Amino acid sequence: MLLWFLRRLLQAMFVMLAMSLIVFIGLHAIGNPVDILISPEADQAERARIITQLGFDKPLWQQYAYFLQGALHGDLGRSFVFNEPALQLILQRMPATLELAVTAVLLSVLVGLPLGLFAGLYPNSFAGRAVMAGSILGFSLPGFWVGLMLIMVFAVSLGWLPSSGRGTTAALFGVQWSFLTRDGLAHLVLPALNLSLFNISLVLRLARAGVRETMPLDYIRFARAKGLSPTRVVFVHVLRNILIPVVTVVGLELGSTIAFSVVTESVFAWPGMGKLIIDSINVLDRPVIVAYLMIVVVMFVTINLVVDLLYTALDPRVRLGGRA
Amino acid sequence: MTLELRDLHTHFDTRVGALRAVDGVSLSVRRGEVLGLVGESGSGKSVTGFSIIGLVDPPGRIVSGQVLFQGRDITGLPEPELRKLRGNRIAMIFQDPMMTLNPVLRIDTQRIETVRAHDNVSHVVARTRARDALGQVGIPSPDERLSSYPHQFSGGMRQRVAIAIALLHNPALIIADEPTTALDVTIQAQILAVVQKLAAERGTSLLWITHDLSVVAGLADRVAVMYAGRIVESGSVDAVLDRPMHHYTAGLIGSVPSRNKRGAKLLQIPGMTPSPLDRPAGCAFRTRCSAATETCAQEPPLTMPEPDRTLRCFHPVRI
Ligand SMILES: Nc1ncnc2c1ncn2[C@@H]1O[C@H](COP(=O)(O)OP(=O)(O)O)[C@@H](O)[C@H]1O
Ligand code: SF4
Ligand SMILES: [Mg+2]
Repeated sequence: MLLWFLRRLLQAMFVMLAMSLIVFIGLHAIGNPVDILISPEADQAERARIITQLGFDKPLWQQYAYFLQGALHGDLGRSFVFNEPALQLILQRMPATLELAVTAVLLSVLVGLPLGLFAGLYPNSFAGRAVMAGSILGFSLPGFWVGLMLIMVFAVSLGWLPSSGRGTTAALFGVQWSFLTRDGLAHLVLPALNLSLFNISLVLRLARAGVRETMPLDYIRFARAKGLSPTRVVFVHVLRNILIPVVTVVGLELGSTIAFSVVTESVFAWPGMGKLIIDSINVLDRPVIVAYLMIVVVMFVTINLVVDLLYTALDPRVRLGGRA
Repeated sequence: MTLELRDLHTHFDTRVGALRAVDGVSLSVRRGEVLGLVGESGSGKSVTGFSIIGLVDPPGRIVSGQVLFQGRDITGLPEPELRKLRGNRIAMIFQDPMMTLNPVLRIDTQRIETVRAHDNVSHVVARTRARDALGQVGIPSPDERLSSYPHQFSGGMRQRVAIAIALLHNPALIIADEPTTALDVTIQAQILAVVQKLAAERGTSLLWITHDLSVVAGLADRVAVMYAGRIVESGSVDAVLDRPMHHYTAGLIGSVPSRNKRGAKLLQIPGMTPSPLDRPAGCAFRTRCSAATETCAQEPPLTMPEPDRTLRCFHPVRI
């Protein structure tokens, strides 16, 4: 178990190292932030001063060495634009993104699982087919377009829900959250729905496939032959089995949901990390980009870890560390 | 009479027409009796078993015929009524012990729920009863075993657990669908012994489904031979195995190594089981039967050549 944990940690470090290297080389190839950051009116001396200050007078490998040195001490550099520590900039915006992503994932389970169960139990019914057809839309419609449609319908035409920002927030553990106030919750609905559409379809299909696969198995037949009620058969015997793939996939999807929130945050002006990273990429603000990706890696690793633990809890046949 | 099937027809609706999995089965199981239902794979034995407890899922359905349980017609009873019988008065155990227990639920959960499905007792009482039943089927230290998961048991132990579950409510009838096929011979013998003993003690009737004649020989009182969705011959085990009258039965017996005389050639029934979607009219065995005549293209009627014996054949085997 400890070995397994250490191996995971080592893997994460390696990925971070590789990631930072790629970003350094990649951004260097794309363009020179100096051209964007320094106003054209600045004179030669001013220009040289800023270049030295940001470290661009040094060769790339030296810049990278400086970065690594700082990173080892927990310093991921200062934003070229905001002149604030990059890590702090991102962490400030992280709760907004997490709130959005977690809500979206919860929504995908709360909506997708019951729909999938239904479609799996009644695959030939009209409603069952309709659900499946809907899930194809959920997969294939582009997120930004759905986001705009949601705004058009629910915010502009009907005027039921607000379409931008986080609304009123309240503090919990020293962090501001939207879901704690009525107004904030109303602001959360549309972006979360937008972000969860893909995952709803995914969970729904997984659940349906799971039900279809599990129902004809001997142990379900045996459960029915014991005289159990259909409710017990479906919600205990079938559900426990399909929860295994659903939890795994949903857990892993949390990572990509955070990544995809970039689009949703832009459409709904949600002040999270996604919006920050888009702005930073536009101005080639390297420290922020690197720090963001580092955080994403850490997040992915943590999520995978938690999913593995959950998986073990759900499936007694699986034991960590490869022991059967 | 514990169970009686009268001309039961169970079909599966397929795109190419009705698949007649059970095509006119009549049989009976008396109180405390073990009836062996024998036939090749695909002959409709499992579907017969599921038809009895009303667990045929669409596209399958019981088209006609009757299932009489303790004299009561239970064909087409509403689902809640059938549920009261299942696992309570009629229990069923299945072929693959690896697959009959839910892998993600603890053994005690799967047993306690069975107790509570039919008896309104507390969790504690249910647990005690579940534990006692484990002891009865020969599982050592049932207390520790209760909270295990199925994968922590061997195949034989799992089948014992399944049998213990089937016996929880003292059913009048147990339908055992090839419960020992997936187990090795020694374990198979142990399981057979356990079931035989418990059934005899309690006067439980058994419908023992198998494709293995040697199992039937050792366990059953009577045997019904199934071919292509029909019972072609039935009678006491001694009579049918010693003096088979249907050519299919004779062929089956000839292909069992242990029952063959030493040195004699092992006989194989020529040809293949016809697909249930396109069976020959009349006697379904006639494409493989050496004694077949033109008459056999007609439906062979159900006859009683001897007391307590049924047959569907125009030209019975003569010995
Ligand atoms: N769910 C089903 N759908 C379609 N056909 C089925 C289904 N279950 C069984 N059958 C068909 O019914 C016939 C009898 O099957 P079965 O009773 O399982 O045979 P056995 O138990 O004797 O091996 C087979 O031809 C099989 O293909
Ligand atoms: S009815 Fe005819 S074909 Fe069928 S078993 Fe008897 S002799 Fe053979
Ligand atoms: Mg079978």
